[in-house]
Amino acid sequence: MLNRTAAPEFKTIDKIDILKASETKLDNGIPVYSINAGSQELTKVEFIFNAGMYYQNRTLLASTTNTLLEAGTAKYNAHQISENIDFYGSFLELGVGQDYASVSLYALNKYLNESLHYIEELLKNSIFPKQEIEIHLANKKQKHQINSQKVSTLARRRFSELMFGPQHPYGVDVQDHDFDTLTQKDIINFYNNFYNSKNCYIVVAGNLSKDVFTVLNSHFGKSDWGHATPAAKKQIVIVSSSQQKHFIEKKDAVQSAIRIGRILFNKTHPDYFKFQVVNTILGGYFGSRLMANIREDKGYTYGIGSGLSSFVNAGYFYISTEVGADVTTKALDEIYKEVKKLREEPVGADELETVKNYILGQFLRSVDGPFTLAEKFKAIKDFDLGYDYYEKYFKSVKAVTTNEIMELANKYLQEKDLIECVAGKM
Amino acid sequence: MIHFEKFKLKNNLTVIVHEDKSTPLACINILYDVGARDEDENKTGFAHLFEHLMFGGSVNIPNYDEPLQMVGGENNAFTTNDITNYYCTVPSENIETAFWLESDRMLSLAFTEKSLEVQRSVVIEEFKQRYLNQPYGDVWLLLRPLAYNTHPYKWATIGKEISHIENATMDDVKAFFKLHYNPSTAIMVVAGDVDLENVKRLAEKWFEPIDAGIKPKRNLPKEPKQTEPRKLTVERDVPVDTIYKVYHMCSRNDKNYHTVDLISDILSRGNSSRLYNALVKDKQLFSEISAYVMGDFDEGLFVISGKLVDGVKMEDAEKSILEEIEKMKTIPVDERELQKCKNKTESSITFSETDVLNKATNLAISELLGDADLINKEIENYQNVTVSGIQQQAKELLNENNCSTLYYLKKK
Repeated sequence: MLNRTAAPEFKTIDKIDILKASETKLDNGIPVYSINAGSQELTKVEFIFNAGMYYQNRTLLASTTNTLLEAGTAKYNAHQISENIDFYGSFLELGVGQDYASVSLYALNKYLNESLHYIEELLKNSIFPKQEIEIHLANKKQKHQINSQKVSTLARRRFSELMFGPQHPYGVDVQDHDFDTLTQKDIINFYNNFYNSKNCYIVVAGNLSKDVFTVLNSHFGKSDWGHATPAAKKQIVIVSSSQQKHFIEKKDAVQSAIRIGRILFNKTHPDYFKFQVVNTILGGYFGSRLMANIREDKGYTYGIGSGLSSFVNAGYFYISTEVGADVTTKALDEIYKEVKKLREEPVGADELETVKNYILGQFLRSVDGPFTLAEKFKAIKDFDLGYDYYEKYFKSVKAVTTNEIMELANKYLQEKDLIECVAGKM
Repeated sequence: MIHFEKFKLKNNLTVIVHEDKSTPLACINILYDVGARDEDENKTGFAHLFEHLMFGGSVNIPNYDEPLQMVGGENNAFTTNDITNYYCTVPSENIETAFWLESDRMLSLAFTEKSLEVQRSVVIEEFKQRYLNQPYGDVWLLLRPLAYNTHPYKWATIGKEISHIENATMDDVKAFFKLHYNPSTAIMVVAGDVDLENVKRLAEKWFEPIDAGIKPKRNLPKEPKQTEPRKLTVERDVPVDTIYKVYHMCSRNDKNYHTVDLISDILSRGNSSRLYNALVKDKQLFSEISAYVMGDFDEGLFVISGKLVDGVKMEDAEKSILEEIEKMKTIPVDERELQKCKNKTESSITFSETDVLNKATNLAISELLGDADLINKEIENYQNVTVSGIQQQAKELLNENNCSTLYYLKKK
């Protein structure tokens, strides 16, 4: 007779093999990191520039420049670029983060060469036509106004500002008028300063064809392009808010958005690994304490979570949720109760084991397939770390003890150090 | 090409196995053939509420998530108007844990009052978060009953109104489970780093003892043909006027489905598409505009929606959409333009096959639509679409008499 009450035997993950990126250089010195994996005849080529928000001297500059790379070059207008990339069934993906800007092409191997021709054009010869800029900024402004009606957006934006200070590029809260003041000259200057062969590396992932390196070299490697100066490192001071509690009222809100957190550290800090375990216990997975209490016991929310955001020059810890407006205060109380419990009560052995196994399972999921492997590589490359980072991560998670969890919670999660921001109704 | 094996257990459960040794993971995807379209009109939102309850403990296992997380697994689920789908991934050597968990909740649930009470609140918060507390969040709560008079697609998956969720009782829950959750209504796909023989053994061990149950006969009222334009205007506290135009289209299994899907691509896929270039870039009437098919199993909807540039009159904006539609109907699409959309579709499908869980879910949906192997015919089906087919379908589909229009305006 089948015993359905007893769980089947299982194995813990003892080792994870990560397929490592191999490095070569184009003739002009641009590093190319390749990950050859997967069975479909596909390739993703990503160009990464030190051209994120950290490098902008005006709000919106980094993201606008990045988005308008497809707005036209000396040879092709915006329509011709998208028409051709679309014809080959390729996808262009543009993105800007706090530190980096990226330009990615997804293509079937058979059309990689043809598609890269247009990427070459926009990286080397973008002209940023005035009319394209105007249309883009006007439409972006409208989107901004729509998003400004969401309590989650209001809380998130203010929270970044509270963490980093209004002058810091990580913390800037975009205003409507920012869309009216950006000029073509600003954008062209930013493009010239940051999009060039000395400020770039390439990650190529997929079931790579033999000539992929030759193809890349012919488009991007023959000589230096752009103004070809590496971006200067700069240090900007972080000024967190000295006031602890913040409230943005939205009268008709049926839910309130809550953000609670503090400036902490990024992934290069020695406590980062073990604090990840603390974070996971608190709010990093479906079975976390915040979910178990505030969603699965009280039913105050559809979802609640916590996390660590890691940027090159800083990092922060946050708790984030949207709760029924009528239970906002109760939800806040419960959140602080859970943080206090982490400081004062040792975590049980079963719970710690579950969390460790869950984290390792997530890790396994995150190294499956060429594109996730590429992300794993970038996640260390962007911080000048090597693959031994992942070995250390794996070992630290396995080794963390109940006592260490409590020590870290006491060290980093004192209530007086946490900044709270609520948008909605209280 | 996705290779798979298919077999049925003695209790009628369909099992599909897709081996992919390139991943260290295994996944189980179980699709139950029940969605919001199967609900009572006075108890809407139930299929989705029930999805939440499937995580509230089963007859022999008090908590679904904990044991799965203990073996490094992760799971989720979604409900649509057509189906309810559950999936989990685990490190492949721990696949039996997934069989144990999934079979127990197919056998029976714990049915605790606490779980029902809490999940009612959670779903009500979901309702608020996604439909009430977002700008334009209630659009589909307005559009569905405008476009449909009789077919149950007239309510959204989340439900018509919060009171339906508040009023759900334990008796309702038990009756719903009995009717819709059994081996005869389910399709299971096991994919990833697995072996066919081992999957057979585990399926027989864990699932075969469950009573087959009966697949309920679906007898949904057919939507009568729309014969005149329908219009609705609402004012809300939003910053931008928006227009939605929805047209009745064929079902997912219809021979014209791929043609209609490509019409939406010609109109709005990518920055080289017609609506974007004509109406956003050239005429600057819209800040964004899109056209897409909902992908419903029964006869569904083709949607065009756009946000107006500040100061543009609604009538001018709508006229510009109608002009583009007129072109679709009167001028044959350029061969190269059609080929572009086909190429784009081919590469999207190919990219979607890099993910094992995605493959598992699509195999299950294809099987429910008639045959798991449909998944391997998709590219060919799109390649077979013709210029004349596009024009003919555009003529049939894109008529004002077949259209419901919603003007969603900012409050003056």
